[in-house]
Amino acid sequence: MAIITRRTFMQAAGAAATLPVLGNKAFAAEKIKIGFIFLGPVGDYGWTWAHNKGREQVEKELGDKVETVYVENVQEDASAIPVIRDLAQQGCKLIFTTSYGYMDQTVAVAKEFPNVKFEHCTGFKRADNVATYNSKFHEGRAVLGTIAGKMSKTGTLGYLGSYKVPEVVLGVNSFALAAQKQNPNAKVKLVLIDSWFDPPKEAAATETLINLGCDIVTTHTDSPGPLQILEQKKLYGFGQGADMSRFAPSAHLTAIEDIWGPYYVERVKMILDGSWKSSDTWDGMKEGTVVISPYNKVIPDDVKKMADDIQKGYKDGSYDIFKGPIYDQAGTLKVKEGETMKLADLAVIDWFVKGVESAA
Amino acid sequence: MSTEFIIAAIVTIVGLTTPILLAALGELVVEKAGVLNLGVEGMMLMGAICGFGATVSTFNPWIGILGAAAGGALSSMLFAVLVLELNSNQVATGLALTIFGTGLSSLMGLSYVGFIAPVFGSIFPASLASDPYLKVIFGYSPIVYFALAMVPIVAWFLKSTRAGMILRAVGENDLSAHSIGYSVKGVRYAAIAFGGAMAGIGGAYFSMVITPMWAEKMTAGRGWIALALVVFAGWRAGRLLVGAYFFGILMALELYAKAAGFSFLPSQFWAAMPYLMTVVALSVISMRDRSGGNAPACLGKPFLPST
Repeated sequence: MAIITRRTFMQAAGAAATLPVLGNKAFAAEKIKIGFIFLGPVGDYGWTWAHNKGREQVEKELGDKVETVYVENVQEDASAIPVIRDLAQQGCKLIFTTSYGYMDQTVAVAKEFPNVKFEHCTGFKRADNVATYNSKFHEGRAVLGTIAGKMSKTGTLGYLGSYKVPEVVLGVNSFALAAQKQNPNAKVKLVLIDSWFDPPKEAAATETLINLGCDIVTTHTDSPGPLQILEQKKLYGFGQGADMSRFAPSAHLTAIEDIWGPYYVERVKMILDGSWKSSDTWDGMKEGTVVISPYNKVIPDDVKKMADDIQKGYKDGSYDIFKGPIYDQAGTLKVKEGETMKLADLAVIDWFVKGVESAA
Repeated sequence: MSTEFIIAAIVTIVGLTTPILLAALGELVVEKAGVLNLGVEGMMLMGAICGFGATVSTFNPWIGILGAAAGGALSSMLFAVLVLELNSNQVATGLALTIFGTGLSSLMGLSYVGFIAPVFGSIFPASLASDPYLKVIFGYSPIVYFALAMVPIVAWFLKSTRAGMILRAVGENDLSAHSIGYSVKGVRYAAIAFGGAMAGIGGAYFSMVITPMWAEKMTAGRGWIALALVVFAGWRAGRLLVGAYFFGILMALELYAKAAGFSFLPSQFWAAMPYLMTVVALSVISMRDRSGGNAPACLGKPFLPST
């Protein structure tokens, strides 16, 4: 007959305490699934390509504990709901939905699966199991705008965008403001093509902007198509999402590279150790999520230095492109002298700055 | 508006028009033979990847364009066997071909992502092709001239040649054509293969001329516009040319309206215009002509001879 002494009790309790740990280990051997919803094909060499690089980094660093699954070419409409739901039903513990247009769909599915965590990219709707994350691409746009303002001969710059969503509006405004600091008369012609990925339309829109007098066109859509047009016409442009210089060696001035890997790895680690909480992350150059590609050698040294200074300014917090005074298209003062726009206001911005020409 | 501006606008419009003109010319012949192939988008994508792949492998865009035609024609044969031998529903099979072509081209393209390909040189002397004014006539890729040349050739073939008349007979009344000894299946195989080859070349215009690269789904729905164009043109080659440029101008207008800052019409309205115009044209045709216009009588019907 076993006599329960204080000592044996403690041993039993200790054994019992290790059981769940063992159980966890046994479960971990099955690998935790992490899901990704992608907007374009992973081979778009832009936005989705960059997100997929992040996913690959998760596989590389945590591949012994997690496995990743992804779905590409997911439309930004109601058809995204069953796709996201499907990933949750497959047993994904954390699902990244990587475009603004999945916002309501992500929140809707998250309600059905309270035990699954969701992360929505570039949106602003959160819940207990829905976090949002974004990158300050507009910091990169300020660098591009500076280079464009210095290098444009006509002072008319083209901006090829997708939709009027805050991310694009911020990019346009940042690009225009930075260009106007170098050339106060600089104008930005904006075309929104209602698509993130449509190479023929991106190419035709680029030709249109060139025909309307733009000698530098920056793109906020996801294919290298516009750069190839600029290369043919011997003009300049910038890559989006990734270094696209191989497609247009002489037209490609530099690019904004999106680096998602470190964030994805960090969030997946939080799932593994149970510390994941809903949060709103908006990193930028300082944290290394926005990186400027190597400069084209045609950029003069003084312009390179200005571009470097802006990057330095963002890294040490001394520079912000959204410092007043800022006027909107109609000339109304939106940000007073000495004020800087707050992140919360930037996240929902829906007006363009003075000097941007666009169809409403 | 300066002359340079107009010339540059015309160059953009030609670029937008050529691929849908090519694909629609092919589809016109297929539909004249009484077959409705909704797989144009899929065949264009197959042509785009086969053309790009052949160009990258051989460094010769002329071989590339042959590869594009072969890729489009081969993928159309899958459709042909299903609808001609097994009498499957043409609408459903065509849609399946689009889905299949999209998927297979993505798979084949995996190893070509990030490549760049050599492009066509001009077939005219540089003094003509690079002249700021004359380039409006001489400054295009050879495929543009091929597409324009194919319009009268297809019109002449359908209207004036014996083979063209047999093809139309098969499309208007397959049983009669069969009863006097013509091979309905043979004619339809040939028509579908031609349609596939033309769609393939149209698709290759994207991956070899406009943006010489491969990207999944790079035709972005142009195959559907080509299908609408055939109906819009009332199954006539001449009107197809006019209609293709009309659609091209609409697509360019959308972009110019946006870039110039006109906001009197929402941009989505411009994007919907080609389809809207097709519906209008169809209504006009059927109002004017109670028999349903020029639509081939056997369009979309399976061929089921009693003997």
